[in-house]
Formats: sequence, structure tokens, C-alpha cells
Amino acid sequence: MRRFSQLYESLDRTTSTNAKVAALVEYFREAPSADAAWATFFLTGRRLKRVVPSAGLREWSQEVTGMPDWLLGECYSAAGDFGELIALALDAIPPGPPQPERSLASWVEDRLLPLQKADLAAQRAMVIEWWLGLPRAERFLLNKLLTGEFRVGVSHTLVVRALATVAGTEPTTIEARLMGEWMPSADWFSSVLTPSADDEADPSQPYPFFLAAPLEDPPETLGDRADWLVEWKWDGIRAQLVRRAGQTWLWSRGEELITHRFPEITAAATHLPDGTVLDGEVLAFKDDRPMPFSALQQRIGRQKQVAQVMRAVPVVFVAYDLLERDGADVREQPLSARRASLMPLTAADSVLRVSEEVEGSWEQLAALRRESRERAVEGFMLKRRDVPYGVGRRKGAWWKWKIDPLTVDAVLIYAQPGNGRRASLLTDYTFGVWHEGQLVPIAKAYSGLSNAEIEELDRWIRRHTIERHGPVRAVEPVQVFELGFEAIAPSTRHKSGIAVRFPRMLRWRTDKPAAEADTLENLRRLIR
Amino acid sequence: MRRRLPDALIETAEFGQAVAIGDARVSFHPAGHILGSAQVRVEVGGEIWVVSGDYKRQPDPTCAPFDVVPCHTFITEATFALPIYTWDPTTAVIDEIVEWWRTNSAQRRPSVIFCYVLGKAQRILAELLPRLTEADGPIHLHGAMVALTEAYRASGIRLAPAERITDTMRGAALARSLVLAPLSARGTPWMRRLPNASIAFASGLMRVRGVRRQRAFDRGFVLSDHADWPSLLSTVAETGASRVFVTHGWSDAFARYLRETRGLDTGTLRTAFEGEAGELTAPEEPE
Repeated sequence: MRRFSQLYESLDRTTSTNAKVAALVEYFREAPSADAAWATFFLTGRRLKRVVPSAGLREWSQEVTGMPDWLLGECYSAAGDFGELIALALDAIPPGPPQPERSLASWVEDRLLPLQKADLAAQRAMVIEWWLGLPRAERFLLNKLLTGEFRVGVSHTLVVRALATVAGTEPTTIEARLMGEWMPSADWFSSVLTPSADDEADPSQPYPFFLAAPLEDPPETLGDRADWLVEWKWDGIRAQLVRRAGQTWLWSRGEELITHRFPEITAAATHLPDGTVLDGEVLAFKDDRPMPFSALQQRIGRQKQVAQVMRAVPVVFVAYDLLERDGADVREQPLSARRASLMPLTAADSVLRVSEEVEGSWEQLAALRRESRERAVEGFMLKRRDVPYGVGRRKGAWWKWKIDPLTVDAVLIYAQPGNGRRASLLTDYTFGVWHEGQLVPIAKAYSGLSNAEIEELDRWIRRHTIERHGPVRAVEPVQVFELGFEAIAPSTRHKSGIAVRFPRMLRWRTDKPAAEADTLENLRRLIR
Repeated sequence: MRRRLPDALIETAEFGQAVAIGDARVSFHPAGHILGSAQVRVEVGGEIWVVSGDYKRQPDPTCAPFDVVPCHTFITEATFALPIYTWDPTTAVIDEIVEWWRTNSAQRRPSVIFCYVLGKAQRILAELLPRLTEADGPIHLHGAMVALTEAYRASGIRLAPAERITDTMRGAALARSLVLAPLSARGTPWMRRLPNASIAFASGLMRVRGVRRQRAFDRGFVLSDHADWPSLLSTVAETGASRVFVTHGWSDAFARYLRETRGLDTGTLRTAFEGEAGELTAPEEPE
């Protein structure tokens, strides 16, 4: 694990992406393939199925360090990362017998994976022995592997770039090979680096998704309206439907297989010709209109679909695009050609339907866009008719023209430290609105402020804390923020009786006294 | 003191020399924080209180080591009073700094360490003195550090040679330099003379990776002039105090821990200053 730990250190000690890619390339070239395979697994954000229960880690760390639970909580609020907290706190404890060096692959395959099936006592004994026997850097990494929170400031794209450099291939080829399900092994890693594209590919493999950039300028700047295909922006789960070798796979954008969550889509897909891949949206749809995303969540949460939930929340697959036809990759064709081939595969009232084109001039679209909320959509997608299907988020070809968020002026009432790189800064905020002379919490928000604003607010909070409950500080109700959110729905789980979707801070209203913030009644009026 | 408060009326006392103020005998004792830093011992009718001020227990070539002063009531700082704050030996941290500087030099990249202008900068210079070789590049100081560094030298503290950065120095002239600068210089036009520098920060705060990454420092050197968790605990025990007041930083946590695990009578004292723990967000304050 020493080599992997050194890689981690090099990645962690630079903010330059070129230096990071160089460190990755060196590692991938020099490490044994089995280690490189596991490194790819972890660095691309995958995680082991739970090795030991997290409650166990917490309990054993208390046992070893002698920390009471509340002190562990304080440490967490300063370190922002549980694995790091344990690694640091153990420095104050005399070490045990040193662990012999073993490779990353051996750590995972011979030590961590077998522990998944061990009983709690054996797990406890092993983890404590490792904690006490490893140097700090490796102890930290071990915790990362155990907890799965593997953040090192290396994006998926950088890993792909490095692998492409080592393999001497295009990044898109590597990207495709990293999608879907795979088990890290020396053989697998060699196959990732195979120079040619003679993929006797696993038939389940989806293509990398093409993503839209947010439209910031008026749509008129995009030029001739006729060059653009306009669709509603649906609020569901972006997904690829793969039909090959007589089987069906449904992949979410997070590269998660969700086939079994949506049996009606799988059933409908059996009518597709073999060698077909569709890009589209899984949408909860009832009585001729989309249901809110919160309805779809009932379907995502469970592995086993209960008939009752399936009836209450029926889903459809709204197809946007065709990526593979008769087993041939058609992504290089222009969108207009791909859409033409897509049409015959779908039918208006079936589970597999096409995402309709929206007609009208830019001006008419702007008017229609204001009806988005009534139509339960998020605005429009604008796609150039003459471009191929790309990879990742590239500006120019696809735009999302979203509706303006709903807004509310709310008062900051609680703050607590953030996670990871925001540890020790108070960046997790809770906001309230007025109801019968009191501030009722309505939303938590973490994003939207600049670094300078975060620091200024952090200073203010520290000096205006009224009460502390562990890491949470209640502050003087003074600061008003304009919050934006995408939707609002009644909720029995929240004290306020409402739940807002995607809340974030739009503006610090230093001009507005707290007494003039919104009321719960104002907010309730936004519910449709 | 004289540099910060040029017009103050200052009366000095040697360490350990008692001064009578009314019924009280007051004396100063080394705190090991920075040059001249002192604990204050107050004795009235056999009852002894000690105010630690900021202190550390690690050896520091720029100041007298912390002196344990037995007392009944001890007022201690708690800037880094959490178990995650345990300092590595200073030699190990200086090794890291030297290795980083030499690696950068070989690539003709300047090495910039941001740190407090009073105390930390001089401690780094003093620690570097015995490590320097002919092959090393020069050490440079930001203008804001020069006066206090000269004051240390004038007090007989031996420091590595270091030169003020002048307006004409830039690019190649600094390619192999180690530059010490206050954090407030970051993001100012002054930094333009160091275009491809590797940027580090020397502070106890750098113990936490997320804090370093949030501020995008390439390196964080965990070098603090405050006591770490083990030495806070041992110091409280060594004073023999039965009552402890805690101030600064993690005072609530430390007071509670002492009360629950050591059975001490504890309380916390409020302060408007957060010392090194607030270093990244507070305006520059002396440690």
C-alpha cells in the first residue's frame, strides 16, 4: 500500500491538474496491474460493499482513543471527515506492532473483502490491529477504503486522461471501458489499456452521457431557431436503456444499474430490436402529466417493487436520442438523423415514448417557459440539430434553459461546520421564516455564497452565537438571505408543513432587516 | 511590545522576579510561546493563580521553555484542545520543509510559506539555521516581517540569514528562494513576482487536510506555537491545580473533558479572539 499512499500524497500535494495527471500516469505505468486496477476503482469514486459497520468504526475508535462520544463529535466538526479524524486522533496513542507492507490488491482482496463476512469481534480485532500498526498516512487510507469516502481532488476525467495517456488511446475509449459493472483485477486492467477497440464488449455497457450546459444568455443569441431542436426539460432520472443479446439494462447517469426498479420499462424494451441503445428520462407519469420528483423517489428507494407502489407511481421512459441502431454506434450522426431513426421505435401512449419537439419562435418559447411549473417541467432543452452525440459537458451543442427558481427571503437561525474541505468553516446553514411571531425552520442550504462571503459569515456567526448544541450553533436572528428553490410541496415530516427542493442561497440581503423576511403563509401560497 | 505600542509606559520584570501590587505578589514565568511570552503568577495570602496565556511545550530555539508553575487555580488556553491536534516533533516538520524547498529549487520554483509575522517566521528561521548548506537557495522575507525579525536578532536570537524582497526582485531572481510572508499577502499584486511558486502555510490548523484543501495550499506544515492535546492535558496535571478556567478555541470541550475525566472544577472564559484557530478567517493578529 506504500506506493498507493505515495500516489495519494502526490495528488494531495498539488492543485495543478497536469501534475495530478503526471502522478497518475507514473503510478499506472509502474504499479502492478492488480494494484492499478484497484486504484482505478477507488479513484473513480467506486467503493467496496460495506466491509465493517460504521457504528463499529465509531465504537472501536472510542475504545482505542478513550474519547467519549461527544468529544468524537467535536473532533468530527473540526476534521470534517471520519476516516481522517481517527487517523489523527490515534497519533496520541502508543503504536502497536508494525504491519508488514502488502500491496493495495492484497490489502483489498486478502484482508478487507474477507472481513465483510467475519463476525463483529473478529472485525474489531483486525481493524484495531491495523490502526495501531500502520503509519498515519496508510492508516488514513485504510479508513478511506473502509468508509468509502474517497475524496482526493481527482475527477473521473483526470483518471481517464491518465489511463488514455498510458494506453495511447482516446479518452472516450477509456471512458466507455470504465462504465458499467466490472471487478478490478490484473486482467481487467490490461483490457482497459488494450490499444485497439476490438471490444468483445460486455453487452450491458452503456455509452458515456452527453450533458447540457446552462444557458446564460438570451436564446436569440443562439441564432436561427430552425437549427435547434427544443424539448421540455423533464424532471426525472436521466437514463440509458440498453437492449442487446436478448437482454435489457437500464443505467442511471450515475452509472448505476436501475433495471430492476422499473419492471414496466424492462417489459416494454423487449419489443426493441437487438442492438438498440436509447438515451432518455425515467419519469413518473399519471393522468397525462408528470408527477413530482418526490413521487419517483418512492420507486428509487426500494429494491423490491410492491405492486401497490407501482400502481400509485407508474413510470414511462421518455426517449431523447438513439445512440446505437442494429448494433452500430450511431453517435457520430447528426441529431436530426438519430431522431429520425428513433421515432419508429417509440409510440405516443406506450411506456416507451419520445420526448416531443416543442414548436414556436424564441419569443413564443419564452412565453411557454413561464408555464413550466404548471406543466411540471423544469424549462427547455435546446439541442443543435446538426451535431453528433458528444461526451461529458461541452458548451455550444446542448443547452438547458431552466425556469427561474422560486424565491423566499429567510433568516439564518442555525449554522454548523461543513464536511471535507469545508471542515471548520461554518457552512451548513438552516433558515427560517416567520410564523406567529416565531422563526420556523424551512430549509437547509450549503451553496451559493462566494468564499469571501462564507468567511465573513463564519466570523459573524462565531461572534453572534446564542447557544451551542454540539456542533450546531443557534445564532442571533439577524441575517437575511434570498433562497432559491425548484419546487415546494406539502410535507408531514417537517415542522413547517412544507418541503422545498434544491434550496440554495441566491443573495445575502444585507439591506433587509430580519423582521421583513417572508412568512410561512407567503410560502404556502406557492404550493400548487 | 515596544514595536507594537510605541508610546506605552512599559515596566519590565525578569522571569521569576516577584513584584508586590497591594496584597498580591505578581511574577512572570516563561510560556514558551514566542520570545518574551510569559505566564502570570499571582499569589494572595497563600492562594496561587496562574494565567498561562498562549503557550507550548515543544522546544523552540527562539524563546525560553515553558516553566511549570504549581498553583491552585490555572487559567489555560485551549486553542487546539481536541485529540486530533497532536504535533509531530519539530525536527520532522522542518525536515519536510527543507525537502519541499529543495525539490522546488531543483525545478526552479520558488517556495512560499505563509505564517505569522511575529514568532512563527523567526522560529522557522532559527530552526533552518543549522540545516542550511552551500547548495541551498536564499531565504527571503516579505517586508512586513523584516522589522520583527531584526528585533529578534537584536535580542541575541540566532536566525538563518534572510533578506527583504525588494521591488526589483522577481522571476529568476527568486527561482530557488524560500520566501516567508504573512497570509495577508496572498492574493495581492505582491504575489505576481512569484508566478509559479509552490504555496504552503505553517500553522497548527494545517493538521486537518480539509482546511488546507479548502484554501488550496499545496502544502500545510503543522507547526504551532500553541500546546497540543497531550501537552494541554499533561500541563494541567503538572500544575497540580484543582480549579481550571479555560479560554480560547475549544474551551467548552476541554473544560468538559477535564471535568468529566479528571474531576476538576472547571469553567470557561469568553474571549473575542480566536488566536491561531481563527487565523484563516480573522484579520492578522499576533499569536
